[in-house]
Amino acid sequence: MANLKNQIIEALNLKHLKPEDIGDDQPLFVEGLGLDSIDALELIVLLQQQYNIKLANPQDGPKIFKSVKSIAEFIQKQQAA
Amino acid sequence: MNFINQYCHIQNRSLIRQGKIIFTSASGTLDDFLEEAFRYLLLTYTKFYKMDHLSKLGFLASEMLLNDKSLLPRYAHDQVALVLSNASSSLDTDLRFAESVKTIPSPALFVYTLPNIVAGEICIRQGITGENAFFVFPEFDAQQMADYVNLVLASKKNSACIGGWIEVMGDHHDVFLYLVEKERVADGVQHTAEQLYKIYKQNYGKIDGESQKSDY
Repeated sequence: MANLKNQIIEALNLKHLKPEDIGDDQPLFVEGLGLDSIDALELIVLLQQQYNIKLANPQDGPKIFKSVKSIAEFIQKQQAA
Repeated sequence: MNFINQYCHIQNRSLIRQGKIIFTSASGTLDDFLEEAFRYLLLTYTKFYKMDHLSKLGFLASEMLLNDKSLLPRYAHDQVALVLSNASSSLDTDLRFAESVKTIPSPALFVYTLPNIVAGEICIRQGITGENAFFVFPEFDAQQMADYVNLVLASKKNSACIGGWIEVMGDHHDVFLYLVEKERVADGVQHTAEQLYKIYKQNYGKIDGESQKSDY
């Protein structure tokens, strides 16, 4: 999870944050970390670049990108498949 | 007659307000300097880190220019206009985006591949909703800028205008931002092309590379 947080910080230029500042279940968008739609696209790029995972259905985005934990679970599920 | 009431520069990795250097740091990359300057000005705005160099320069200059926060209480948000210019448009970021296209294009870079994005960043930060324009000239054109800003202020709906030159290409950066109002404030000078050019050039090339800080 810490590695994924580092990748998110790097990809999204969240230089003011450290991995420990991001809670596993903390919402990433709006009231949580305050990420926006461009950040969502960068997260899709991150999955593709770092994990070779393509988001088959963009409508799943809000569920997958809800928190670091939900992203980690999605990555695990895709790698096991 | 309109008046240039405040101005600032960012040149040779120095923040210069009203002709006085307030921060200099020559070490590291341009991005290192911009982030050091951001911290020096004691700013908190997480979106700053996501901006390209053009927007970071414009953002920092607007913070220096309006650091006393006296502008917007005096005017309605839509009475303040913004007229910017530069030579390289958004080419600095365009080239970075073109590089990213070789692998996976970066959406975060793509959104900065227009020069007027810096105007939007300044307007969002400062709460400005007046008209704005961005011109691309081969070099700072004091006459064109003075004429256009005077035209903007000839309209009753505009009371103040931020004018400026925000140029960046690679490590080269040259920023001059100024506030023009209908009334003279403190040491304000007449808004003419001659005065504009004189102020634009006053610090240019005079700063050495030594680190220097003074009270902000």
